[in-house]
Amino acid sequence: MPETKTATRPAAGAGGAQVLSVKDLQAWYGESHILHGINFHVKEGEVVTLLGRNGAGKTTTLKSVMGIIGKRSGSVQFNGKEISRASSDSIARLGVAFCPEERGIFASLDVRENLLLPPIVSSGGLSLDQIFELFPNLKDRLNSQGTKLSGGEQQMLAIARILRTGARFLMLDEPTEGLAPVIIQQIGHTIARLKKEGFTILLVEQNFRFASTVADRYYVVEHGKVIDGFANSELEANMDKLHTYLGV
Amino acid sequence: MQALYAQLLVGLINGSFYALLSLGLAVIFGMLNIINFAHGALYMMGAFCAYFLLNLAGIGYWWALIIAPIAVGVFGMILERTMLQWLAGLDHLYGLLLTFGIALIVQGLFQNYFGSSGLPYAIPDYPQIGDWRGLQGGINLGFMFLPIYRGWVVIFSLVVCLATWFLIEKTRLGAYLRAATENPTLVRAFGINVPRMITLTYGLGVGLAALAGVLSAPINQVRPLMGADLIIVVFAVVVIGGMGSIMGSIITGFALGVIEGLTKYFYPEASNTVVFVLMVLVLLVKPTGLTGRAA
Repeated sequence: MPETKTATRPAAGAGGAQVLSVKDLQAWYGESHILHGINFHVKEGEVVTLLGRNGAGKTTTLKSVMGIIGKRSGSVQFNGKEISRASSDSIARLGVAFCPEERGIFASLDVRENLLLPPIVSSGGLSLDQIFELFPNLKDRLNSQGTKLSGGEQQMLAIARILRTGARFLMLDEPTEGLAPVIIQQIGHTIARLKKEGFTILLVEQNFRFASTVADRYYVVEHGKVIDGFANSELEANMDKLHTYLGV
Repeated sequence: MQALYAQLLVGLINGSFYALLSLGLAVIFGMLNIINFAHGALYMMGAFCAYFLLNLAGIGYWWALIIAPIAVGVFGMILERTMLQWLAGLDHLYGLLLTFGIALIVQGLFQNYFGSSGLPYAIPDYPQIGDWRGLQGGINLGFMFLPIYRGWVVIFSLVVCLATWFLIEKTRLGAYLRAATENPTLVRAFGINVPRMITLTYGLGVGLAALAGVLSAPINQVRPLMGADLIIVVFAVVVIGGMGSIMGSIITGFALGVIEGLTKYFYPEASNTVVFVLMVLVLLVKPTGLTGRAA
């Protein structure tokens, strides 16, 4: 097992300011201690991917940053502002947007209502026209019940609705899970496009082949800790290690 | 036939109260996950509020229709902030017991100061336009005599119910409410202050109960236990209609009022139990209620 210190090494590639900086983040679900000191950072304009097995703590990390996990400690800074004790609604209003693994499409809302639900937190979000350009399928389904959409369409809706809000930092939890390859490709294009437009993205993925098409850097999470980190250019060199970490 | 129409009208009026009250219960249950047993006491407080406004401040019925729901709604929001909010995430039983206790305390206090007998509250006699004296008097429809106040209660309740339905099902605010009913954590993570929404929702549900109380004051008099008697039937209505459906609560409320009225005409002995018999049948066949969604 490698040592945990490698995680904080400086990034290759993008050299912007740190948008997110997480230090010694710990989190609990009730009595069970899930995160045991997570350290990582994301710079402006980067796509950073958290890799790791099921139950390693990736989703919990995103939820802790979002302020959804009640019991947490350590430091989370967003654009230099400490948010580790803030409520999730105030974190969202700072410009952090979250797309949960289960997608969270509301059954009692139609597609239009789902799309318009998250309030605008700052200017500069995508317009509806831009969103329909990214996801043409949604335009024809505006009056359908949210959960009547296919899995792929639901995932697009889940991403689309947070692009409207003006948040520039997106956290996407396994956006490709359970989707057909052609749809995974479409989501890959979308993420690449968002990156080009300057969005900063923190991605959780099990599928590192998909992640490798969009990510600048990776962190590997295991047992509630970040145990390794490397840039996309170092992916090939780290392949053997990755196979061990992920058990694939 | 006169008697049949009269009972139908009584049924519609009771149905109006059932609908207004079960609508509030459904909204509160959806958002707070609390079976609000204090609903009857808050309905009673609405009626008393109208009584106080008139007798202590000389403020009449029409203003009471606006002021009482707001005043009792604010009282409800204080209850929610100070007590109910701490029950989030606990079993339904705790909310039920707490609100039941609140109902007993409130009703006990009012009984202590005002006794059990009814206080009169007159039907408003203004505005006076031509032969109209406010909502007093009645109209001969040919097949029956319609007291104006009763017709007013039915129509006004229907309008309020439909307006509430529109607010919840068709507006942006309503979309927040429906979404937060499904997944409050995620709605909050989108930047919406869900705890504040929950407080306002409780205030809205309570306000509807108080409004029903004001409407009822000229018909049923103002009594500390007026809500305690009514709320048992209303809970049966809610069980039949199914929690969580707005239109379902409205339709079931009116429909059961009418069924009760018809029973009074055709088989008066069963009129007090017909709603409960229906409740048992519905529970046997469709435990989530006629319009309810499975939890």
